[in-house]
Amino acid sequence: MSTTKISGAEIILKALADQGVEVVFGYPGGAVLPIYDAIFNQNQIRHVLVRQEGGAVHAAEGYARSTGKVGVVLVTSGPGATNAVTGLTDALMDSIPIVCLTGQVPTHLIGNDAFQECDTTGITRPCTKHNYLVKDVKDLSKVMHEAFHVARSGRPGPVVIDLPKDVCMALENYTPKEEIELKKYQPRLKPDADRIEEAVKLIAGAKKPVFYCGGGVINSGPEASKLLTEFVRATGYPCTLTLMGLGAYPASDKQFLGMLGMHGTYEANMTMHGCDVMVCVGARFDDRITGRLDAFAPGAKKIHIDIDPSSINKNVKVDIPIVGDVAHVLKDMMKVWKDKKFKPDTKALDKWWAQIADWRAVDSLKFDQSGEIIKPQFVLQRLGELIKGKDSYITTEVGQHQMWAAQYLGFEEPNRWMTSGGLGTMGYGLPAAMGVQIAHPDSLVVDISGEASFLMNMQELSTIAQYRLPVKCLILNNFYMGMVRQWQELLHGSRYSESYMESLPDFVKLADTFGMTGLRTTKPGEVDDILKEMIEIDGPVIADVQIDPTENCFPMIPSGAAHNEMLLGPDDKAAKPVSEEGMVLV
Amino acid sequence: MTIEQQINFHTISVLVDNEPGVLARVIGLFSGRGYNIESLTVAEVDIEKAISRITIVTSGTEMIIEQIKAQLGRLVPIHKVSDLTLDGPHVERELALVKVVGTGDKRVESLRIADIFRARVVDSTNESFVFEIVGDTGKLNAFIDLMRPLGLADISRTGVAAIARGTEGL
Repeated sequence: MSTTKISGAEIILKALADQGVEVVFGYPGGAVLPIYDAIFNQNQIRHVLVRQEGGAVHAAEGYARSTGKVGVVLVTSGPGATNAVTGLTDALMDSIPIVCLTGQVPTHLIGNDAFQECDTTGITRPCTKHNYLVKDVKDLSKVMHEAFHVARSGRPGPVVIDLPKDVCMALENYTPKEEIELKKYQPRLKPDADRIEEAVKLIAGAKKPVFYCGGGVINSGPEASKLLTEFVRATGYPCTLTLMGLGAYPASDKQFLGMLGMHGTYEANMTMHGCDVMVCVGARFDDRITGRLDAFAPGAKKIHIDIDPSSINKNVKVDIPIVGDVAHVLKDMMKVWKDKKFKPDTKALDKWWAQIADWRAVDSLKFDQSGEIIKPQFVLQRLGELIKGKDSYITTEVGQHQMWAAQYLGFEEPNRWMTSGGLGTMGYGLPAAMGVQIAHPDSLVVDISGEASFLMNMQELSTIAQYRLPVKCLILNNFYMGMVRQWQELLHGSRYSESYMESLPDFVKLADTFGMTGLRTTKPGEVDDILKEMIEIDGPVIADVQIDPTENCFPMIPSGAAHNEMLLGPDDKAAKPVSEEGMVLV
Repeated sequence: MTIEQQINFHTISVLVDNEPGVLARVIGLFSGRGYNIESLTVAEVDIEKAISRITIVTSGTEMIIEQIKAQLGRLVPIHKVSDLTLDGPHVERELALVKVVGTGDKRVESLRIADIFRARVVDSTNESFVFEIVGDTGKLNAFIDLMRPLGLADISRTGVAAIARGTEGL
């Protein structure tokens, strides 16, 4: 412990530096002025000024997701904290490590309905992994270090530290990271050895196996993706990934079936439906994945690997639950597989792959770009080709464009794909791209967007301009909230209630006002040129690509349907009406 | 109804750090995820380590109960979650204060029943008694039902406190 007393605000900055923090995304206000003063007086930590606190959290999420580090946010009390709530919930749903520092009115005013006061810990309790209200500067060092530990350990998530102004101004000694005892939160990493043996035996004996893997593989670190690839290849089994898991297994690999779930490929979903052994690695049997639960993989023995015991048996009862960190578990599994000289049942496996080849032959992602209107799938397929081999990161907003991006862009490695999965937050992609670009200044960062999502957080264009971040915004503009319109078409007799985007800005002129490059096309023949130009321009770009407004996202498991009841295209929907039970689902 | 759909009552004991907001975390988890709380009691049990014990009686299917325990275990200030109902024999006790207002035969009858239930009189006026009764939830319910026609006026119950039988501690 150092002998000189420093202010709470200085303790915060010291602790951030101690935790290896390089960037803080924030927005100042009355309650955090002492912290901003401390920022002014140091050079170690960079502050990125966003334009709304929601943007700060998404930027920190993009930063965290693309680096594997903890993203840090600094906002003021009251509206600063409440604006951060959506981002915090997003980070909780998608298991993104975030530490969010919120200002608070001085301790003696707490509970008095003071100016810009809100019950931040009360409001954020259900949308954080944990939160703290620091009432005594003596606790500050410990809380700071513990918060980082909680945010990054186990299943990662957002942690809020609420900091009353008087605590930030009070004087105290700083306690460095090494001197803090973190005994409170110690999640289990090493799996149970017996369970591993049992699981590997089941895997080896499978006749129709599938690996179903998710964001947990990515959260476990790049090593986990390597181990997964190694194990899947050793078995020769098919592998599918969730939306959050894309990049955990190389998309170009012949054993990869594509994404599964509501807008997953036909072969991925049919393989899930028909499998006899399912190995779920770091995924959580979300409703977008399973479809109708009572018809989910009816003949399968299920193994579930997850670091969070509450994910196990939540939606789907599994046969072999394994609690532990994905990398640890896969390492142990690989060892057992090798030591016991397990071999896959090649005869059965050949038959299984033949069956999968038939499903693949359906070519569920086919589309027709013969007309004069741009098809969104074509744009993304071309983008995928043009950025192949490039050091690139993709973020998305939420809706049709997000699903098309997931379907048509292949990801070869983890941490390259940032999207709002669990919460489905429109407006996520632009600030997230900002955070990614801050972390990787020389890489290509593309925010794939729809025009509706883009408008949700486009104030951040100002941030992008200020920090000269060369973020590329690729707007697939269909003049609709496309996914809303698609559901209205499917479920509500094509009554497009309030889903039309009226009075859109001229995106080219909008780019111009922020000193960015604006591009626009309506012609399929120009798509390649505009994408190349977008990629090559050394600076931020908004590309307004006007696409077929009637295009829908297929294939699709309609709500309330099972994996083997996919709609393959627009002509398919008349034949399979959505059930009444399905109507009430989201 | 299959076993999987069967709804059972479970008594769950939780050791938590005695810090502000910890009870709100537990209650918020139950309301936010739609779980039932039949009874909840909380008090500090280790002053030196600032540990409190929360005893929750909840109900749900086997899968829900498993979820409740896993979700509780996820909360950072929670040290231990133990399902007393599954873990083996345990003792459950609850205390109730029951006010009965009446005169004449009814008053005499209430006192006679109280005696059978080993309830104590802790306050008395010419027209009322306050009984203190300790026992499991069923016993308390039976006593209260019997007091109803005899002038039951007010009830205050503590909720269930529970502990495992035998030598093992939490």
